[in-house]
Amino acid sequence: MAGHSHFSPANVEEHFEFSSEGKKRIIYGFIAGIVALIIGIYLLSKGESGGHEVAAAGHEAANAGHEANAAGHEAAGHLSGGAASHQPAAGEHYDWTNRIWANVWLNAVFFTGISVIGMFFVSLQYLAKAGWSSVLKRVPEAFPKFLYVTLPILLAVFFFKGDVIFHWMHHGVTEVGSENYDKIIAGKSGYLNKPFFIARLIGFGAIWLILWNMLRKKSLEEDLVGGTEIFTKLVRIGVAFIVIFGLSSSMFAWDWVMSIDTHWFSTMFGWYMFSSWHVTGLAIITLTVLLLKDKGYMSYVNENHLHDLGKFMFAFSIFWSYVWFSQFLLIYYANFPEETIYFLERWEGHNKIYKTSEILNILFNFLFPFLVLMTRDAKRTRIFLKIACFFIISGHYIDFYQMIMPGVVGPHGGYGLVEFGMLTAFSCAFIYVISDELTKASLVAKNHPFLPEALHHDI
Amino acid sequence: MKTMSSTNNYILGVYDDEDEVLHAVSEVKSKGIKIEEVYTPFPIHGLDTALGHPRTRLPIAAFMFGCLGLVCAQALINYTMVFDWPMIIGGKDFFALPDWIPITFEGTVLFTAFGLVTTFCISNDLYPGKKPEILDIRITDDRFVMAINVDKNKKSAADIKKALKDSGAVEVNVK
Repeated sequence: MAGHSHFSPANVEEHFEFSSEGKKRIIYGFIAGIVALIIGIYLLSKGESGGHEVAAAGHEAANAGHEANAAGHEAAGHLSGGAASHQPAAGEHYDWTNRIWANVWLNAVFFTGISVIGMFFVSLQYLAKAGWSSVLKRVPEAFPKFLYVTLPILLAVFFFKGDVIFHWMHHGVTEVGSENYDKIIAGKSGYLNKPFFIARLIGFGAIWLILWNMLRKKSLEEDLVGGTEIFTKLVRIGVAFIVIFGLSSSMFAWDWVMSIDTHWFSTMFGWYMFSSWHVTGLAIITLTVLLLKDKGYMSYVNENHLHDLGKFMFAFSIFWSYVWFSQFLLIYYANFPEETIYFLERWEGHNKIYKTSEILNILFNFLFPFLVLMTRDAKRTRIFLKIACFFIISGHYIDFYQMIMPGVVGPHGGYGLVEFGMLTAFSCAFIYVISDELTKASLVAKNHPFLPEALHHDI
Repeated sequence: MKTMSSTNNYILGVYDDEDEVLHAVSEVKSKGIKIEEVYTPFPIHGLDTALGHPRTRLPIAAFMFGCLGLVCAQALINYTMVFDWPMIIGGKDFFALPDWIPITFEGTVLFTAFGLVTTFCISNDLYPGKKPEILDIRITDDRFVMAINVDKNKKSAADIKKALKDSGAVEVNVK
């Protein structure tokens, strides 16, 4: 039988050791990522000089779109403005550095999601008063630490390079009489304006971090004093966070991603981005637990807990597919040009460079996890879980790539060393920060009131 | 256990505690006695494993019924919308796959649900109007009953009765 039967929670602590060897490897990985990024930037600066024709074509289409808009042909303006991906605005030349900023933004949004889902997962477990997850709750609990890295990056990129990412920040789009004046964007300027955007980012970001710090502090205090009083307080923090997160995740989805394609909107977008964040976060939690187990930690996490994590990944992969498809189906069926442009851009637009990613998006995020995790045995077997984690994590990187890139760089996008280097650098930074945070507390929340229940978890 | 009308083939050990019956299962089994089934008022964690029952094959049936539902739904829509009476709806192709996904999904779920319930009833010999065969009425209340088929065991009835008593049974009956 499982070896945990004689496990006595009250006097067992397990500390993760972040070896200097491991630190070195991650730092080397980070440096390799940066080197790849620099080479990629160099190649990009060379390569763009040969891409004038495409850029010029996009430029003309953009001009046409804006002229049509100015003439008051709204539908036509939607169409051609969208097809030219709103970038570059009329009268501006496409700058090859845009792809670098698009990549910073993409990774910052992606990793913000993963980090905050750690907090969401723990809050949800407290809200539901779930027992089984108490054995592994220290893993997701460490994730929000990385928000200290990603939120300032988001803020800085928005502040200095916001006009590269967002159409609505282009000069003069809301000024009547300006040659860039855009009636539709001017109508949205009550919400989409610089001060309000920054206020939302800082305000909600600060609340996330404050609530996480409170939760973390109380959770570590519980290790020392025990009892059930702290548990009740943690439930309250969890409830508060869920309420805040319900609002802020939707608003950040509109702010950070949907407003890139400023003319376009979808009422399902908040859910869509949340589901993408959530399933990626679950996959990262599962992968972290599996890797810790491979290193000999967390022997008390047995296949029953892994089964639950597998069910979570399976269910939320399907949830993501459901939301993605619902968004697509409504637009496909209603067939309004100003809505279908979003999918046309990703399917047929920009010389079809985004079509492969769009197909991979469905395969990696729906079909593969669905088939791999379907059986009970797969959800209890580490190698199958790892395969599913690989598909889900890389698939949702592609998903965010598809959300952000076509709108920001349009026909200049692609998968190159810039993308690879940036993702590697962000991943290594994430692994480093999370590993460091994991060392700061016992891996098992030894005085969690539900720990005995979790240790006897049997499904 | 298809029929259990009083044949005097069954020895029933009656227990009054769930932990006791769980321990009794491994104790009785270790004496080389084959247990036919244990009846309890509520599910007990680990009982299936202790009894060594093979895993249910219902999930495989579920998958098969799902595939059947998917194929049937697709066949129906294709026949009606593409071959028999081609129709253009909303300016789409005759073969407008995205429009059909919800129906395909519903067909899959419907076939799985009905298929599973039917399979479950057939494999458990359940049908409308079936008379319940209950070994001991108290298994619906607060007693746990371990049933052993004497014909399928090499041990004598007396040995089995003794093993049940030793393992903590509060009563041993023959039915």
